[in-house]
Amino acid sequence: MTEFDYLSVRAQFPVLMQTLNRGLRPTFLDSGASAQKPACVIAKEREVEEQYFANAYRGRYLFGARVDDELEAARQKVAVFLGASSPQQVAFVPGCTAGLNMVAFGWANKHIHPGDEILITLMEHHANFVPWQQVALERSANLRFIPMTDDGRLDLDRIDEVLTSRTKVISVCGMSNVLGTINPIAELAKIAHSSGAILVVDGAQSVPHMASRVQETDVDFLVFSGHKLYGPTGVGVLYGKADRLEALDPTVFGGHMIDRVWADRSTWATAPAKFEAGTLPIVQAIGLGAAVDWVNSVGLEAIHQHEQNLLAEATRRLSDFPGIRIFGPGLEHKGAILSFRFDDLHPEDLALMLDRKAVFTRHGHHCTMPLHDLLGVSATTRVSFGAYNGTDDIDALVGAIEFAREKLGVSGVQNK
Amino acid sequence: MTIQELLSEYEELVDWEEQCDYLIDIGRELPVFPEEFKTDSNIVHGCQSRVWLVAGLDQSHDHEFVRLQADSDAMIVRGLIAVLLAAYQNKTPQQVLDTDIEGLFERMGLNRHLSSSRRNGLHGMVERIRRYASEIVGAEGSQ
Repeated sequence: MTEFDYLSVRAQFPVLMQTLNRGLRPTFLDSGASAQKPACVIAKEREVEEQYFANAYRGRYLFGARVDDELEAARQKVAVFLGASSPQQVAFVPGCTAGLNMVAFGWANKHIHPGDEILITLMEHHANFVPWQQVALERSANLRFIPMTDDGRLDLDRIDEVLTSRTKVISVCGMSNVLGTINPIAELAKIAHSSGAILVVDGAQSVPHMASRVQETDVDFLVFSGHKLYGPTGVGVLYGKADRLEALDPTVFGGHMIDRVWADRSTWATAPAKFEAGTLPIVQAIGLGAAVDWVNSVGLEAIHQHEQNLLAEATRRLSDFPGIRIFGPGLEHKGAILSFRFDDLHPEDLALMLDRKAVFTRHGHHCTMPLHDLLGVSATTRVSFGAYNGTDDIDALVGAIEFAREKLGVSGVQNK
Repeated sequence: MTIQELLSEYEELVDWEEQCDYLIDIGRELPVFPEEFKTDSNIVHGCQSRVWLVAGLDQSHDHEFVRLQADSDAMIVRGLIAVLLAAYQNKTPQQVLDTDIEGLFERMGLNRHLSSSRRNGLHGMVERIRRYASEIVGAEGSQ
């Protein structure tokens, strides 16, 4: 196997090639929150703005026609990237959070009734947690949680404890944004379907790091955001099986999503238009197509392997620090996320010190308060990897942690 | 330490690096906060780290001064607490309300160097102190 050339990957990201104050280079380890964009994506956005911008699906003039073509090409790229059978199953939505809300409330409309059950997990990001919680409250349904093992995996041996004939939806993340846990999506789809439920996947963290294969895994809905896949902010994707999209009610109404409007009622366009009310994030959606091209040019599998190698290396080196607790399962069950906490070094202090060394990580509860309650800590530090990271970033991270420990004198302080 | 002493030391420092170290140093020297005060009702919300703050009135002199005790599990926050304690020490409730704390943060460059979540936490502490002071002032006004 040839070595993954992360330096030439990084060279395509202008933001990472800067020299900061005091000659520091940015060590960006927060791709789990938002990835950086390669020059080709930025150029594509610029191309749209400078050469043919117009509203989409409205004006049949030169610019409008070009925008329509570019959008449909982007839709096609996303469909192929996800392994979907048709671009008509790909709706552009404002982001992953919006998409998950659309699925939760749109599905609840006709398919979730009082006494029904919704099954999620305690490792969900609030974006895949709170919408279902609110649906359950509104519809007098029960929100239940798939049991977890002590190391932060779903314990499917115990799924019978929570799966019932009233379970209508199972909604899980493809990969945990804190633990890094990769969930067994195909298995969950089988479980859901065997009890007449649908499987919804929050792909925010999984889609950028591993093949989604939506047909093979048989998921009913999958949602992800563009900006974690080296694309622009403000655009996400709602994928659904054709029949599921037909059964899903729209929750946002307006232009383009209708078939016919009368004074007293309306009928809807077919998917994906049904879920694309109003003016689309046109530039961003086309930019997302360019991001998919970019990922394909490097190779998703190659990126995955590289990131897993970084994860292994970082885990090994951080484990050498005394008093560190690394969260989540073993490497064979997790993706490119490493969350940890020191006994004697608060994430708040650590973040401040890492920032001084231009090592950019995230700290806090990462929009997973129920998970942090379970872990028994209020905050963790999270390192997340992208294609442009390398062993030099791990060196910088380790060096910055050493700097923080020295500065904060954690060994000789009376107050923890 | 008075706020004047703190500022004269702080403003000797050449950059945020040194100032950050200084804040951590003065945070280390905070008076010991009693463990039994670390209760939920004393937690200041809006902070990423845990912050406990207790405000009381010191009436042993001919003036009544607001007396503050606070602690955090994050050292940088302890440093910010030290700044607040210096700014508000030996002040009456009315003087606490009259203190231009925003001006102080501006002068120290804290608004520039602290992330918005840290600033929110800091303002959460200030709000709690000011609320306590205004309750005292209000109660005295109505007597």
